[in-house]
Amino acid sequence: MSLSKMPLVDANHAPDASSCTLDSQRTLYPYVTGTSVVAFKYKDGILMAADMGGSYGSTLRYKTVERVKPIGKHSLLGASGEISDFQEILRYLDELILYDNMWDDGNSLGPKEVHNYLTRVMYNRRNKFNPLWNSLVLGGVKNGQKYLGMVSMIGVNFEDNHVATGFGNHLARPILRDEWNENMSFEDGVKLLEKCMRVLLYRDRSAVNKLQIAKITEEGATIYPPYSLKTFWGLEAYKNPTAGAEGSW
Amino acid sequence: MSKATVDLPPKGGFSFDLCRRNGMLSKKGVHPPSYRKTGTTIVGIIFQDGVILGADTRATEGPIVCDKNCEKIHYMAPNIYCCGAGTAADTEAVTDMVSSQLQLHRYHSGRESRVVTALTLLKRHLFNYQGHVQAALVLGGVDVTGPHLHTIYPHGSTDTLPFATMGSGSLAAMSVFESKYREGITKDEGINLVSEAICAGIFNDLGSGSNVDICVITKGHKEYLRNHLLPNSDVYALKREYTFPKKTEVLLTKITPLREKVEITEGGDAMEE
Repeated sequence: MSLSKMPLVDANHAPDASSCTLDSQRTLYPYVTGTSVVAFKYKDGILMAADMGGSYGSTLRYKTVERVKPIGKHSLLGASGEISDFQEILRYLDELILYDNMWDDGNSLGPKEVHNYLTRVMYNRRNKFNPLWNSLVLGGVKNGQKYLGMVSMIGVNFEDNHVATGFGNHLARPILRDEWNENMSFEDGVKLLEKCMRVLLYRDRSAVNKLQIAKITEEGATIYPPYSLKTFWGLEAYKNPTAGAEGSW
Repeated sequence: MSKATVDLPPKGGFSFDLCRRNGMLSKKGVHPPSYRKTGTTIVGIIFQDGVILGADTRATEGPIVCDKNCEKIHYMAPNIYCCGAGTAADTEAVTDMVSSQLQLHRYHSGRESRVVTALTLLKRHLFNYQGHVQAALVLGGVDVTGPHLHTIYPHGSTDTLPFATMGSGSLAAMSVFESKYREGITKDEGINLVSEAICAGIFNDLGSGSNVDICVITKGHKEYLRNHLLPNSDVYALKREYTFPKKTEVLLTKITPLREKVEITEGGDAMEE
């Protein structure tokens, strides 16, 4: 057995297959996942919403997962995908912000800088075939400039007026493309967010009816307490739908 | 002298003769052409007086648009229409077949066709072929029992719904319906809602595009609005105030007559006859 093929285990233990142990050193599949995040710019800053569900495959295992977190003074980070990788990213960002604060030079990292840092981290991990299995949404306001960007697990990054991850791309973005405008007030923004989250609740199987809305403005970040959306099931056609067509449903 | 073996006529059914050669070609990297699909947005809603069906008009062959203005709303009966998504040949063939079966049934029974009849004929056929006939349909119509709207999946399952979307653009269209649909809307509101849903599919899904077709079916009356909306026409036409002349411009005309040179032979031989 050549040296290069030597598995990274204790010499006393006989490895079963070298590839098997090497594979456990990198992410192959996500396990506990969060579903979509929807965010857009409004008059005073950025509005972001995510539900609080963490699915373990097809079971809804965790129902109080906070998937939107404030970063430093100027940004909000929302993530979908593997929750453990999200927690790891939060630790990296914590360290980043800590070092920035230690400089104590009156400047603080804005959303553009944090977005760039995240892009580099995600892309580098992808190059090593060991990705952080997340789609990240980074929004913030600094010196009056609003910024909203997204980074995928392979390092694709872009900036836009409204973004969504996962299923939100298919269900929420069409609504946002039609109904978003530059100068929405906070109330209008929340109504539009609720509209998107309601459609996601109806049509995404991993959605949970418990969502958190977060906003970030020049003054700072506010994450509102979780609440549920009202759903409407009272269509006449849903009562006895197969009255005319026996055998269908 | 009779031949030792007689060539029997083929008994019908699928001939597997070319399968081995196809497998060999695939292994060498020569793949068969992809099916012409209608990567699509098709929708239907039930409104106050009946049913409105809508569809986009793009047919794709892999990444290429092979027909930019095809018809996806197929005729089944005077009071029943069916939108089709999936493999174009399958949707055409299956709707044509059931349409003629319905016509024969109308002659036999002397009555207007019912939507459940079309539904049952379609789902039995599709289930029989275990999903290999890749047709996903939105069937709508108005008969004596009232307005009906159904979706039929390639494996043969059906749904009875007040609003339905199918095809690759179904999520974009469904997001419009889930946020804006109400029961008992009027015909104009319904046409607007269906157009909005199809436009959401056209602009947000790559498999759908071009124009919007609408079909309104009410009791005893139907309106087929082919190309009701053309949201993609002439968007990038250059608008300029000057025009170029169509033919090559004539700058100068100068005529130089050539000197005539003619030889006249006097008293030559007459032409022989």
